[in-house]
Amino acid sequence: MTPADAARGGELSPPRGAPLVELRGITKRFGSLLANDAIDLSVDAGEVLALLGENGAGKSTLTRILYGLSRADAGEIRIAGQPVTVSSPADALAAGVGMVTQEFTLVGPMTVTENLMLAGSPLGRVDRKAARARVLAASERLGVPVDPDAVVERLSVGERQRVEILKALLGDCRVLVLDEPTAVLVPADVELLFASIRRLTAQGMAVVFISHKLHEVVDLADRIGILRRGRLVADLPAEGLDPAAIAALMVGATAAAEVEDEALATAVGLDVGLEGSGPEPTAPAPVADRSRPAALEIHGLTLAGDPRPRVDDVSLTVRAGEIVGVAGVSGNGQTELVALLCGTTPATAGTVHVGGSDVTRLDVAARLRAGLGRLTEDRRGSVVLGLSVEQNLVLEDLDRFRTGPFLSRRRVRAHAESLIERFDIRAAPADPIRSLSGGNMQKVLLARAIERDPTVLVASQPTRGLDVGACEYVYAQLRALREAGSGVLLVSEDLDELIGIADRIVVLSGGRLVGEVAPADATREALGVLMTGGPREPAA
Amino acid sequence: MDFPILAVLAATLTIATPLVFGGLGALLGERTGVLNLGIEGTLYAGAFVGFLVASRTDSLAIATLAAVVAGALAGALMALLTVTLGVNQHVAGIGTTLLLVAACDFTNRLLFGGGERTVTVKFDRLFSGGGILAQYPMTFVAFLLLAPAVWWVLRSTGAGLRLTAVGENPEAADTAGISVARTRWTALVVGGALMALGGSFLTLSVLGTFTLDIVSGRGWICIALVIFGRWKVWPVVLGALLFGFFDALQLQLAITSAFGSVPNELLIALPYLVVIAALAIRGRGVRYPGSYLTPYRRA
Repeated sequence: MTPADAARGGELSPPRGAPLVELRGITKRFGSLLANDAIDLSVDAGEVLALLGENGAGKSTLTRILYGLSRADAGEIRIAGQPVTVSSPADALAAGVGMVTQEFTLVGPMTVTENLMLAGSPLGRVDRKAARARVLAASERLGVPVDPDAVVERLSVGERQRVEILKALLGDCRVLVLDEPTAVLVPADVELLFASIRRLTAQGMAVVFISHKLHEVVDLADRIGILRRGRLVADLPAEGLDPAAIAALMVGATAAAEVEDEALATAVGLDVGLEGSGPEPTAPAPVADRSRPAALEIHGLTLAGDPRPRVDDVSLTVRAGEIVGVAGVSGNGQTELVALLCGTTPATAGTVHVGGSDVTRLDVAARLRAGLGRLTEDRRGSVVLGLSVEQNLVLEDLDRFRTGPFLSRRRVRAHAESLIERFDIRAAPADPIRSLSGGNMQKVLLARAIERDPTVLVASQPTRGLDVGACEYVYAQLRALREAGSGVLLVSEDLDELIGIADRIVVLSGGRLVGEVAPADATREALGVLMTGGPREPAA
Repeated sequence: MDFPILAVLAATLTIATPLVFGGLGALLGERTGVLNLGIEGTLYAGAFVGFLVASRTDSLAIATLAAVVAGALAGALMALLTVTLGVNQHVAGIGTTLLLVAACDFTNRLLFGGGERTVTVKFDRLFSGGGILAQYPMTFVAFLLLAPAVWWVLRSTGAGLRLTAVGENPEAADTAGISVARTRWTALVVGGALMALGGSFLTLSVLGTFTLDIVSGRGWICIALVIFGRWKVWPVVLGALLFGFFDALQLQLAITSAFGSVPNELLIALPYLVVIAALAIRGRGVRYPGSYLTPYRRA
């Protein structure tokens, strides 16, 4: 019996007043880790429920269980009062639950219509015309136009997400689960998404969404469920909630005993006045004056591209003891700029100096030796997934750990143990790096970069996808690096983050530096104007 | 010189026939992301089983059916290894080929003592005297039935969409409720049956006998054709015709007196050189199916 049958069969109508979705006692264990601990949660039709929690708190596990991507060890799911068995996404869809996961599951070379036809299409001849019409009707429901004939791999991230939502709508879902939908979106797309969500709930749908950005949650949600270490620690109406209070609940900072680690305790302490998700603004560091030596000097840096340069004549100086932020809408040359600085892409023109020496013609390894540290945008691309934590930690300095031609395992182990202690990495030296959460992996990368005592650290999107606690940790480390006299170039799409931590903010648009603001004068609005004020068409 | 161009074109179609069966069989598997290097052995098994059953039953229908079953089993073996067990596709494919070739040779030696036998039944050409249309029935099946059918299935049916989705993005297919394993199994089993049909064409239609060098690398040619045709039906058929043409040409040249001084080996190599050249030109920068060579496991 399919869940849909189960939902239709049995009693003739759901008990009056039963919530649309009800999770009862959901429990899930991965080995020794209790990912979900007897969670009870419900959502009504027309309601937006936000799920909050640190990375690893169990939000994703819970939604994956609801959508049939994982199976609960214990517990029950009820849809409109009827218990259903959800052992696969197909069961979930049949029961009216649709989900947009963080990794989109679209077939790139196919058109939007073809992608949307996939689910439930018969083996025989398919009716493209009818499918196309259904796509148009669904996009009408969403309130955002979607081209049914566009090839998916040519769409922007925001457009792909809309296709994902359409996919769920076509499956006749009554409950839409969105796993961190805004993590990948530019601000304009976020607003479109929120408008769509409100439109859908007005039509009687229930929406469950996971987010790390507290101000969004307060904006959009009707109710908030907060998970910590697999347990539901709060289930509250969103109205009148204050982001600082939510953050405290998420990290459990009120119960100081639960936070064993001192560094984390300060990082997530209640005094971190959370306006939005960014760090608390600090007074511009007094050390960032013009007399300090330049840690990083960029002159006329250019990367040719078609039809126009991807990085266009960028000149910038980062002084010792200064954090310079680079703002910009994604795809405006940030990735390329970082690649040029790290030496992974050769520059078409221009020079790069680190601590006064010219590194323009040096390769990656020589740049590292010259004092350039980096924290790249793609975390998983910066570690070797098949190696252990300790091996990844020494990857950039193999020479230091050699005895003759061989790597000294003892010294590698000792090095890893000291860094794990110093940077509070929650892992053992021999753990495979693949098994680490995003926040922990970032700690490994931070440790590796900072331990080398870089003249300048180029950090690209260092907090992307991290939870509040891990973000604060990264900010604390970057600030400590600044106090120690290093320069930091922080490339980020999170404006709150830049405003909170940078001493100056430059704006990159269409590959050019289009302006500079001091954080004291920086507002989201002012930066937004600069970010979109340059050459308009965003680089693909 | 009076060059028999019509004879060469007629031979082109005949030579291309097993390549169309084999190429489209391989294409089905590869569109789901599985490279079936068992193809050489599957062609061989199709040729041998067809011949064996025909010699025992004197029935072409039963022989053809037996070849189809043998091919389906070979595809199932490949599916078991690569889809269900997740074995490396190159290793599984080459292993399958070695196994099938050796098993057929062994059986052949046991039953026929290594000597050649001809069968008493054999497909006749239709339209004999009809110029280039004087072809075996399976040639018409390949070009007029199979190729349009595969093209239509891939383009216009849900089955085709599923195949492509599994090959390009198995996670997406899985979340759409499509079983990746079942889709790949089906494609490999059907593809194996098509390959074996192509093999049986060599014994039951062309030669009327089985020889140890009967397949002589045609399976590998099919693999090249699929890349040459960029996983699209008609370009693969076109590639088969191209190879067929150059093979027919070298056969004709070998018996043309003007070319008597050219070493025969060089002429035999001609179509293979053409395939290498064609791949060197068209095979670069191709976009392989997204999940090519990758077993799928739910995260």
